[in-house]
Amino acid sequence: MEDKALVQLEQVSQVYRSGDRRFYAVQDITLRVHDGEFVCLLGPSGCGKSTLLRIITGLQKPTEGRVLYRGEPLVGINPHATIVFQTFALFPWLTVQGNVEVALKARRIPPHIRVPRVLDLIDRVGLDGFESAYPRELSGGMRQKVGFARAMAVEPELLCMDEPFSALDVLSAESLRGELMELWTEGKIPTRAILMVSHNIEEAVFMADRLVIMDKNPGRVVSEVVVDLPHPRQRKSAQFLEIVDQVYGVLAGTTQPEPIELGSTPGGPGQIRWLPDVSINNLIGLLEHLNKTPRQAYDLYKLAGDLGIDSDLLLRLVDAGEMLGFVVVAQGDVTLTPLGETFSEASILARKEIFATRIRRLPLVRWLLEMLRQTPDGRLPEDVIKTALSLELAPAEAEKQLDLMITWGRYGELLAYDEITHTVILEPAGVALPS
Amino acid sequence: MMDRVYQTKQPFRPFSKSDIFVLLVMIAFLYLGVHLGLRAPKVVAGPEILLAPRWLPYYALRSVGRMAAAYLLSLVFALCYGYAAAYNRRAEQLLMPLLDVLQSVPILSFLPVALLSLSALFPQGLAAELTSIILIFTSQAWNMTFSWYQSLTTIPGELREASHVFRFNGWMRLRTLELPFGLPGLLWNSMMSWAGGWFFLMAAETFTVGQHDFRLPGLGSYLREAANLGDVRAIFWGVGTLVAVIILLDQLLWRPLVAWSERFTLEMVERDFPATSWFYNLLRSSALLGRVSHGFSLLGEHLDAWMLKLWPYRSEGVPAAGVGRRRYLGMALRIALILVVAYGVLRAVGLLRTVPIAQWGQIGLGVLMTTLRVVLALVITLVWTIPVGVAIGLNPRLSSWLQPVAQIVASIPATALFPVFVLALAGLPGGLSLAVELLMLTGAQWYVLFNVIAGAATIPQDLRYTTSLLGLSQWERWRTLILPALFPYVVTGAITASGGAWNASIVAEYIEFGGQTLRVKGIGDLISFATVQGDYPMLLAATLTMVVTVVLINRFFWRKLYRLAEERYRME
Repeated sequence: MEDKALVQLEQVSQVYRSGDRRFYAVQDITLRVHDGEFVCLLGPSGCGKSTLLRIITGLQKPTEGRVLYRGEPLVGINPHATIVFQTFALFPWLTVQGNVEVALKARRIPPHIRVPRVLDLIDRVGLDGFESAYPRELSGGMRQKVGFARAMAVEPELLCMDEPFSALDVLSAESLRGELMELWTEGKIPTRAILMVSHNIEEAVFMADRLVIMDKNPGRVVSEVVVDLPHPRQRKSAQFLEIVDQVYGVLAGTTQPEPIELGSTPGGPGQIRWLPDVSINNLIGLLEHLNKTPRQAYDLYKLAGDLGIDSDLLLRLVDAGEMLGFVVVAQGDVTLTPLGETFSEASILARKEIFATRIRRLPLVRWLLEMLRQTPDGRLPEDVIKTALSLELAPAEAEKQLDLMITWGRYGELLAYDEITHTVILEPAGVALPS
Repeated sequence: MMDRVYQTKQPFRPFSKSDIFVLLVMIAFLYLGVHLGLRAPKVVAGPEILLAPRWLPYYALRSVGRMAAAYLLSLVFALCYGYAAAYNRRAEQLLMPLLDVLQSVPILSFLPVALLSLSALFPQGLAAELTSIILIFTSQAWNMTFSWYQSLTTIPGELREASHVFRFNGWMRLRTLELPFGLPGLLWNSMMSWAGGWFFLMAAETFTVGQHDFRLPGLGSYLREAANLGDVRAIFWGVGTLVAVIILLDQLLWRPLVAWSERFTLEMVERDFPATSWFYNLLRSSALLGRVSHGFSLLGEHLDAWMLKLWPYRSEGVPAAGVGRRRYLGMALRIALILVVAYGVLRAVGLLRTVPIAQWGQIGLGVLMTTLRVVLALVITLVWTIPVGVAIGLNPRLSSWLQPVAQIVASIPATALFPVFVLALAGLPGGLSLAVELLMLTGAQWYVLFNVIAGAATIPQDLRYTTSLLGLSQWERWRTLILPALFPYVVTGAITASGGAWNASIVAEYIEFGGQTLRVKGIGDLISFATVQGDYPMLLAATLTMVVTVVLINRFFWRKLYRLAEERYRME
């Protein structure tokens, strides 16, 4: 059974150092991709799925653990793997043909062999007639076709795709997915296995044979789902929707009693519940939508379809609603709470008040308010807070969390922020201790 | 295209330990120069400059040759230095602060020291040629290096990863990724550097103090000789030739290159106003160029194949041999550098201690006078360029014909005109002071003007409509919209302008003209006079004071303003 795995990760971890703190981008991952398999790494942004992809291709060396390719330890960049990038990564100064050719040129394939091969590939992905066009003349979908053609030109055994459809518009993405699946399932490309990174649940279920579901802080594998449906898959079929629902259930989790749900403060024992990266306007939009059918459980996958947003954003929004006590989640269903109902019906000012009382219950916000109260004038430089947060988080993530706290705090009128001096300021409403 | 004019983004780097080290390196370096200068010949005879117009092509060729040599040197330097700084973290820690200080130093203040030290080492003609080339180089290299370094460090991660996944070797990476990516910036900065280089070329070609006549046969010395003899006809010929040469090079070389480089911009959308060049379009439609470019692509193919064979792709994962030895070598180099610098600084301090207090007083006064002159030049510049620039920038019709005119006028290097100013103003009371101020102004104002024009052109139409709809008075309109919107542009322009003004003081405050020596009080005058007298401690003290003053003003005044402008007033 050992020899059947194309790629094998054994307890792989990637550690980032910041000062003398260590942060896991991914922790203790064990994973196999078998010959003939299409595997999708699925999870929220920041769960390290792209890092994992880079480790598998050899672009990044894991801090701990082993990477095996066909049973052999991987040294340097895997010559049998290639990547299709999210942003296409085309050289803007090369034509379509030039972009595909350059991959072969670097492998020292002489012009008389590579030119016909390249033209054939361009034809196969449906870009015939655009050989001499520059990437900037093409639409997003066509650019990614060039990306595919270039990746296939080197005839990789392992095709890695880093969210290949997320920079495309909905319709282009849809048609490109179908075309790729056609090439793959009908064996028109010499690829032995595909590994795709995605945060879009439907896309993953539509394409992959197996979903490896990940979560963040630290990045880890939480579950695996096998999709045993024949291609081409019918998105409206009962089995398809059942799997989608199941995956939503795994990713959205279940609302816990408040003390567990809200987590602990920085420095305290237990897990800190970080703020999800959402805009407040989007959250209000979601709540208002749910309020159209109050007190009714709503399937998350249906909600994504109705709102026309991808699963990643929806999950973050639901996460935020859950933290604030506006919704509860169970088994892939979301239900508006009475508080959520009140909030979505309230006036602009009343909403702010409800929001303020709710965020004051969040340990993270409480921690920040407490720090500000300790100062003589209720002001703290941004950097001080960032440094305090960096004890728990990687620097970029700490900055993001601080930004979110400031934005939420400003909306709830608990905080103000001075952009010139980069100072966070306590507002009068933030001074009062929470009841 | 105007939106890119005269803007080199500077990193926000606070004053740090490495800056102090860089300053120490410079002190050691200056000491070395002065020390060498002690052995310079006491008398240096200059070349004979002939004023007959038929000699002008020869002089023009000599000048352009110097420019080309210096530019090539700058280019090679920029490429190597940028590469080292971008890919070697240790090198980066020293190289970037060094570059940062170097680019804010008034280059011309090194002219006397450089001339003296090189003429001690080389025969006189060669020494002067080398000095002019080094001087132009020092004016050209920094921004090009910055641009190249910045390009290398901002290559999008995925493109870089793609180059690894597709197994590009170093050569392929340079050719298909790094060079094309850096090209627009590098070329744009080359063009700026080239334009700026004329200023220093003219200064280097015309430098003479006391018994030392360091002039070089070229357009600069021609103009100076013409002014010296009061030959108005020759002045016209000289200025005409200079302008013609500058414009020809711009039209036939730089503009076509910039237009060609448009295809290397990373933006995935077509630009509204791509850079164009009539000459480039002409070339592109010619059959000859088609054949030439076909030949080049064949050559490129062979070159690539050869390079790939020579250096096959090496995976990053392979541990490099001799890392340990390299580390020791690096350590040894570092210690050697520190020792040399320490020795130089010690000797420099020894030399500086021989400078009497009274002379330090003179230096202080000189710096103050020159600073006041620079400030005055900036104030005058701001007073006239802001209203004029806004008028041009907000009026496309006006700017379509005024802009090229202004560009031609601005292309004349101020140092070339200086002898003419002196000729015109020497008779008036305070004539030289006036001429110095005028030189500073000509060296400074254009940067601000073009930046203001560019800034005014970027004010969104919507905001202008809004101010009209709100019925704001003219003053309110300036206060709430135009001035804040211009602020970042004015600051960027003023930083470059003040650099130009400081440089001007060196050549202007002390000048020998028509058999007389004309002097005005200032640090430039002290530097030149110390050169004449052979007063080396004074030369070192004055040069050093000027460098430190300018660097400090840059760090503590301009950098702060720039930061404020970027964070608060940038329209984006």
